[in-house]
Amino acid sequence: MTNSVHKNTDVAANMLDVSLQQRSTPALDVKMRCNAGELLALVGPSGSGKTTVLRSIAGLQAIDTGFVKCASTTWLDTKNNVNVTIQLRRVGMVFQHYALFPHKTALENVALAIRDKSTKEKRLLAASWLERTNMTGMENRLPRELSGGQRQRVALARALAGNPSVLLLDEPFSAVDQQTRRKLYRELAKLRSGLEIPMILVTHDVLEVQQLADSLCLIHKGQTLQQGTVHDVITKPNNKNIAKLLGHQNLFTATVASLHPTLCVFKLSDTGHLNGPVVNLTKGASVTLLIAPSAISLAISNEICSKQPNLLRGTVRDAVSMGDEWSITVHLDAITKSLRFRVPAHTVSPEQMKPGYPISVNVRPSGIYVIDDSFNTVID
Amino acid sequence: MNFLSLSPFIVSFKLAFWTTLILLPFGMWFGRWLAYTRCSAKPWVESLVLLPLVLPPTVIGYYLLTLFSPESFTGQWAMQLFGQPLVFTFPGLVVASMIVNVPFVVQPMQLAYGTMPIEIREAAWVSGLSSAETWWHVELPQVWPGILASATLVFSHTLGEFGVVLLVGGNIEGITRTVSIAIYDHVQAFEMQTAGWFSFSLVVFSLAALLIVRLSGHNNVAAKNYR
Repeated sequence: MTNSVHKNTDVAANMLDVSLQQRSTPALDVKMRCNAGELLALVGPSGSGKTTVLRSIAGLQAIDTGFVKCASTTWLDTKNNVNVTIQLRRVGMVFQHYALFPHKTALENVALAIRDKSTKEKRLLAASWLERTNMTGMENRLPRELSGGQRQRVALARALAGNPSVLLLDEPFSAVDQQTRRKLYRELAKLRSGLEIPMILVTHDVLEVQQLADSLCLIHKGQTLQQGTVHDVITKPNNKNIAKLLGHQNLFTATVASLHPTLCVFKLSDTGHLNGPVVNLTKGASVTLLIAPSAISLAISNEICSKQPNLLRGTVRDAVSMGDEWSITVHLDAITKSLRFRVPAHTVSPEQMKPGYPISVNVRPSGIYVIDDSFNTVID
Repeated sequence: MNFLSLSPFIVSFKLAFWTTLILLPFGMWFGRWLAYTRCSAKPWVESLVLLPLVLPPTVIGYYLLTLFSPESFTGQWAMQLFGQPLVFTFPGLVVASMIVNVPFVVQPMQLAYGTMPIEIREAAWVSGLSSAETWWHVELPQVWPGILASATLVFSHTLGEFGVVLLVGGNIEGITRTVSIAIYDHVQAFEMQTAGWFSFSLVVFSLAALLIVRLSGHNNVAAKNYR
């Protein structure tokens, strides 16, 4: 009896390679790869085709053209008429609403996914998976007697108990409260460290991605827009539209004003300039500046008087107290745009946070990411 | 009960038994198909299934008489199949009863499969269960209240069927004379007390059948458990 899932050290050999194209609704043009042991987050707004991709990998949905290869085995290849049945693909899948068998206990739910073993072995293995998902003592409960988080744990145990080649998680945290979600993040992070199979997490929550995933594949309207490590995709989006889809708010159109060995000056308007990182662009090139909220700080009074380069003046448009922080929107004087950022509550007084109050902010040059507008693709 | 002949009860229960036994597997398959199909002809098929509910029994009886007539092609074919004409015979009565009861067997099954989320079946497939294993381990325990409802409705409805039975089966003692026809006969002969007892027995059975359906509906595990 073993609790491990494919302890194969050859990461590339166990890779999941997916290419799906479909003209009919929902239209798809998706290419992605996920290594063994890697947790890839499939991110996109509602209706972007995330679940369709996941279902196609599992074999639950037919697709016009494409291929799905996992661990050097071809599951789907429309060119060569290969389409392995759902059962033979050995996919572990956690559905959005868990899809537990309502008439079976937690233990029976997990045991049913274990194949080619005696009933006794199945029950023992199922109990060990329930133990790994912190469900000891609840083996004999029916799904309706379990909370949302507990059902999610049973669904995860069931998905893993069948010794799957790939783990697919379809928005598994969407139906639980914030507190349970945090607990489940921690449990999944702990559990996944022992799994040497590709894992795909469908979500539209970027915070969830940052906490759980190694890599990110952004899709929109059925198209892969960018894939890379979570940090790279979030901090270095390929274009302005990707930045918007990822929820970045501080995006400013600018032109390259001057290039220097250690910095680059960007012109926001006739009166507004920002120093940013060195870029391989020509003077006058159109760019979009992505300013990370963490790179913005309130300017202190002696800085306001000085001629500091990255000092932007404006007025408070709105400010909301959010526990230990203030979430502030500042209308900038130099350009008719707003800048959004957060500051610790103790650094400002409520007086300063009233709409219309004059305010100045510093922008750290290293916190600016420059997007070359010539690479922008149009997305509706 | 020496004032009541047992023969109509035997014919009625025999008819109800065979109708239910033959129709139930068909209803389970067809109800499941209707619940999951995306076929564009679905509204047409559903309307055809429900037609016996709205048509007067005499209309159905008329068409069946025509179809079962030994002079028609279908009647001759049926004669070859059953070795006897279908009009005024027990097999004919069973075939007619099956046609009349199609909505009673298909509707509860379609409803039972329709309320079972498709994700549950998919979860079984990705867990490695074949379609047959999925049906046995997952679908059947979920839809059993539907099966019970179908069986009970068909059985009790067959016991009370009158119009089609009279037209297709006639009134042959011990062969096609059911309880409902016996009631009609006794009323015609002004034997109101006997007709009353026969009627009361049908009321008791129908009420018991409906109670079984309602109670099984209340204990519907699938409906209570999901989510």
